[in-house]
Order: sequence, then structure tokens, then C-alpha cells
Amino acid sequence: MSWLPVLAVAGLVTFAIRLSFIALLGRVEVPPLLTRALRFVPAAVLSAIIVPELVVRDGAPDLRLGNPRLLAGLLAALVAWRTRSVLTTIAAGMAALWALLALLPG
Amino acid sequence: MSPSPTCPAAAPPAATPWREFLAGCRDEGPILLGVAPFGMIYGLLALRAGLGPLTAQAMSSVVFAGSAQLVATQLIHDGAPSAVLVTTIFVVNLRHALYSASLATEVRHLGARWKGLLAYLLTDEAYAVIAARVSRDAAAGRASPNRHWYFLGAGFTLWFAWQVATAAGVFLGAQVPDRWALDFTLALTFIALVFPSLRDRAAVAAAAAAGVLSVVAFRLPYKLGLVLAAVAGVAAGLLAEAHRP
Repeated sequence: MSWLPVLAVAGLVTFAIRLSFIALLGRVEVPPLLTRALRFVPAAVLSAIIVPELVVRDGAPDLRLGNPRLLAGLLAALVAWRTRSVLTTIAAGMAALWALLALLPG
Repeated sequence: MSPSPTCPAAAPPAATPWREFLAGCRDEGPILLGVAPFGMIYGLLALRAGLGPLTAQAMSSVVFAGSAQLVATQLIHDGAPSAVLVTTIFVVNLRHALYSASLATEVRHLGARWKGLLAYLLTDEAYAVIAARVSRDAAAGRASPNRHWYFLGAGFTLWFAWQVATAAGVFLGAQVPDRWALDFTLALTFIALVFPSLRDRAAVAAAAAAGVLSVVAFRLPYKLGLVLAAVAGVAAGLLAEAHRP
């Protein structure tokens, strides 16, 4: 199927969000609860995407240390926390994944 | 050089639209170092997820929001339904409403076309540069009448770089074999974005709750587990913040 119509809707939604308060001429304030909630959106959404990518293997959770994506992801998290660099994190994580895929059985 | 007798006030002449535009381009420049690889990764992953090269490129101008595009790529790869895709992009992009609110008074004198154009270009990276200019002007107590051209320069520079980076990623993505496991760069990119942002207990609570629930609810159909985990994460963050010791 073509994703273009869906992406067009998603694009309109994005544009509407960006235009919202600009179009309202600055007469409307953002509700304080929304401001506080929005702060947590990136961490919550991104974690909900990351964790299954690392933990779920062949359709089931795999928390063993023999899971290469879990190990490489944990190392990348440490690198991200220390360096705060996207490129360094990707380089370290991919190097770890390739090494683990080559070394670990199965 | 003596001051002009017809212009005794000390105010310097306003910069021309073109100069303002170029200043916006220049100030956006350093940010492109981080944005270009991000755009390439998107282009590469969009092909892996099964999007055609033209659709992948079109998303970069139609949606034009980095993390939302990467999330959409993941959802398309997993075969999520359209409603979940649009809802998730809505949630991921909601933060732009804050930028819109913050700039509303700065652009209220402009016409509808300018407002529409600047809203379309209002990404995280453009907002960062524009907000810095606004606060510099506020500190100096003056704003150039052509300042919207600066906003346009910053927004356009990011837009242009994003399109080129996407095209480069789409081009490279067609030549990379599957065994390189490059899809993992998506999780790594998100790890790099999340971990530096976990600066307080409430943010950690949000990430932890969302992460645990995403695995527990993994088997839910239509990727509802993702939406559920994200909502629970936001709630956990708000709760942790309210019960600060």
C-alpha cells in the first residue's frame, strides 16, 4: 500500500501544531499542566521504542546477557550518558553489535 | 565621519531583509553538523522499512520533523495501522505547540503567508536559533523590523540541509546489505537523545515506566503497547514531580 496519504495527514497534523498559537495571535496561553506533561513526552515515547528493540528477540522478551542487541544497547547508553554525542553513541553501539554478532553463538 | 543631520537619533539603521536572511543561515550552520547524519540515517532506515525512495524523500518535506519521521519509519516497518501512526506523530510533535506559543507574539504583526511559512519551518533546531535571537533582542531592548527574514533564513537552512541529507541516506541505503544490521542505528540514535535528557528523578521515572510497560504490553495489537507505555510514562513523570521529597 502507499503510505503517502497517511503521511500527508501526519504532515497536516504537524503543521497544525506548529501553527496553533501563532494563528491564535498569542491570545491564548498554554495550559500549565500541558507544559509540564510535554516535558516528559520525548523520554517516554523514545524509551517505549528503544526498550523493545533491545529486549524483544524473535517475538519474546530475552533478558539474558547472550542477547547482543541488549548488551550493545547498554554499552551505547553508557556512552551516550558520558559523551552526550549522537555520533559517538551510534559508532560505539554498532561496533559493539558487530563484535557481539561475530563472537556470540546463535 | 559626522552624523547625518536628518537622522539625529542614535538608533542604527535596520539590517536589510537579505542581510537578516543571511545572518539566519549563518547562525543555523553549526547545528547542521548534528542534523545531517540524522537525516541520512532517516533516509537509510526509511528504505529498510519498505518505503520507496520518493515516498521516503517526500516525508522529509511533508512531515519535516526528525524524531517523528524516525518513529514513523519504525511503525511502518512493524506494519502498524495508519491511525496509530498519525496519533503517535501527533504526540511526538506536540512539543512544537510550545514553540508556537513562544513565538506567537514575535510574529503577530506578519501576514498569514509569513505566519504559515514560518510555522511550517518551525523545527526544534530552527526554534533553538530563533529563540536565541529573540532573547538577544530582548536583552538589547530593540528588534529589527526585518527580523522575520532572519527567522526564515534559519528555518530554510535547516529545511534545505534536511532534504539533502535525506537524499544522501536514500541513495546510500539502497547499497547497504542487510547483515550490517543498520536498523539498529535507530535505537542507538534514540538512546543518544534520551540519556542526556534524564537529568532529574521525574524524567527517569517517565523513561523507566514507559520502558517497562512497552515490554509488558508488547503483545498488544496495532502497536497500542507503544501508545499505552508513552502515556503511562508521562503520567509517571508528572506523579514523580508532584511527590518531590
